[in-house]
Amino acid sequence: MSSPEVLVRLREVRKSYRRGAQVVPVLTGIGFDIAAGEFLALMGPSGSGKSTLLNLIAGIDRPDSGELVVAGEDIAALDEAALADWRARNIGFIFQFYNLMPVLNSRENVELPLLLTGLSGRERRQRAEFALAMVGLADRMDHTPNELSGGQQQRVAIARALVTDPTLIVADEPTGDLDRESAGDVLKLLQRLNREAGKTIVMVTHDQRAAEAAHAIMHLEKGELFVREELKQG
Amino acid sequence: MPGSFLNLVLRNAWQHRLRSGLTVLGMIVAILAFGLLGTVVDAWYAGADGAAANRLIVRSSISLVFPLPQTYKERIRAVDGVRDLSWANWFGGIYKEPKNFFAQFAVDGESYFRLYPEFVVGEGAMRDFLRDRKGCVVGRKLAETHGLRVGDTLTLKGTIYPGSWDFVIRAIYDGARKGTDQSQMFFHWAYLNETVKARMPGRANNVGVFIAEVDSADRVATVSRAIDREFANSRAETLTETEKAFALGFIAMTEAIVVAIRIVSYLVIFIIMAVMANTMAMTARERTAEYATLRALGFPPGFVAALICGESLLLAGVGGLAGIVLTFPVAAAFAARMGTLFPVFNVSGATVLLQAGSALVVGVVAALLPMRRVARLSIVDGLRAVA
Repeated sequence: MSSPEVLVRLREVRKSYRRGAQVVPVLTGIGFDIAAGEFLALMGPSGSGKSTLLNLIAGIDRPDSGELVVAGEDIAALDEAALADWRARNIGFIFQFYNLMPVLNSRENVELPLLLTGLSGRERRQRAEFALAMVGLADRMDHTPNELSGGQQQRVAIARALVTDPTLIVADEPTGDLDRESAGDVLKLLQRLNREAGKTIVMVTHDQRAAEAAHAIMHLEKGELFVREELKQG
Repeated sequence: MPGSFLNLVLRNAWQHRLRSGLTVLGMIVAILAFGLLGTVVDAWYAGADGAAANRLIVRSSISLVFPLPQTYKERIRAVDGVRDLSWANWFGGIYKEPKNFFAQFAVDGESYFRLYPEFVVGEGAMRDFLRDRKGCVVGRKLAETHGLRVGDTLTLKGTIYPGSWDFVIRAIYDGARKGTDQSQMFFHWAYLNETVKARMPGRANNVGVFIAEVDSADRVATVSRAIDREFANSRAETLTETEKAFALGFIAMTEAIVVAIRIVSYLVIFIIMAVMANTMAMTARERTAEYATLRALGFPPGFVAALICGESLLLAGVGGLAGIVLTFPVAAAFAARMGTLFPVFNVSGATVLLQAGSALVVGVVAALLPMRRVARLSIVDGLRAVA
């Protein structure tokens, strides 16, 4: 039996921030692997470094030192332009506050990442409509974010994250701003994406119930990996 | 991609309608004011701009208020290079009220209109004018301003030449060019001289200026020196200069006003630039999270900076264009209200270009700081702007 393919590999990754003259260490030599097709939840108290870790894996922040290979690319070695291009091809983002463009409707928001591809306008439109249909919003294509509920906005954001068919989806507190019912819908959707579309998902959450939607929970504390808990129901 | 980019720029600009509307309104007012002030300055220089290169003005070297003997005409005509000659006196009369100001000249009709082909008078009308000792010619704009028609009597109250002076309008002249002053009045120097001879004999046989036409524009410097040499050490020495220099001499007397107008016009642009810069800074600050999201999705910093620049240029462009379009009717209304105070009041192509250039500069400069800020924005910090 062969071991699953490693999609994310971290070794001795360190990251600190400057607060005035003070250097605050956030990650202190963390190292682990994430397999392709895995649904991993990152948990930990505030300041434990879970969001920083997610930002590093997503390529929107850089480690001070250590090895960080995602989808076969040593992303710490890429320059700004190459990293932006890499993100566009490999990462789908889901944010706590959805981060949709308020002036664009659902279809246009989902189409946005496709502007960076060579697809024609018609192809972009078709893909965006398909992605919205996948998240159950086929009838909300022309609605702007302020015409949608929080749960619907997050589903638009999920459609935007998956429309480019990324290697990895990163979700930062995707249910943090939602009521219980909407949060449940979003988590079910993420599970479906993982199970049916085979998407690798890394999700940061404070919510134990949300974390239990994943295959495994990784607990962080004070910038170090505390424990990895495997879950059956993921 | 370009279509989607423009769509995003348009939607962003339309997002805060009141703010964008007020900014565009400010831009319209600024560009309109800039254009009008520029046109006022142009009107100031209209006389100098319309001057012919080969016409010389011969006047008293002491001051324009001192006349020259009319007998100089033969000696000036005899100077090598002088092809034609005429003369004129400033009359300075009041038509009904001092506010109805317009220029009046006593001229030698035949030679004057020969030297000034830009004043176009029909053949028959010119014959009528030359035949009538009390006849006069008025400009089309002057006639329209005061409702004057051929055959009407025009009565002026003399200030330099006291008394009431009646003239009969025998012709209305048009301008050969758009910039020709059509607000002047010309009458016979002979009529003035005869009357002055009767009323104030000591002031007769004098002229204010001679106008000499030189056979070639290349020779104006030589000819003007020759004329002044001719009258050196006489009882009335002359100062001969090109028509343009003569006109600019008048403008120089009021240069402080022109400079003030120019400063005010540039201040207006500077103020709207500050207003626009503030609008764009507020817009960019509010959209920090949106810009960070775009960067996270893989859009390069240049794309985000271009969004800001595009929005700024759109607001400045719309305001600038509307301001330019409005300049024409507002300038026309202003000119009508001013009567003959500004004989030539046309919005020039150069003014329109300056207006367009100013709008462009305002658009770009207003976007510079927010663009710089966004280009340096850390995605992580930008995303925190919402959280």
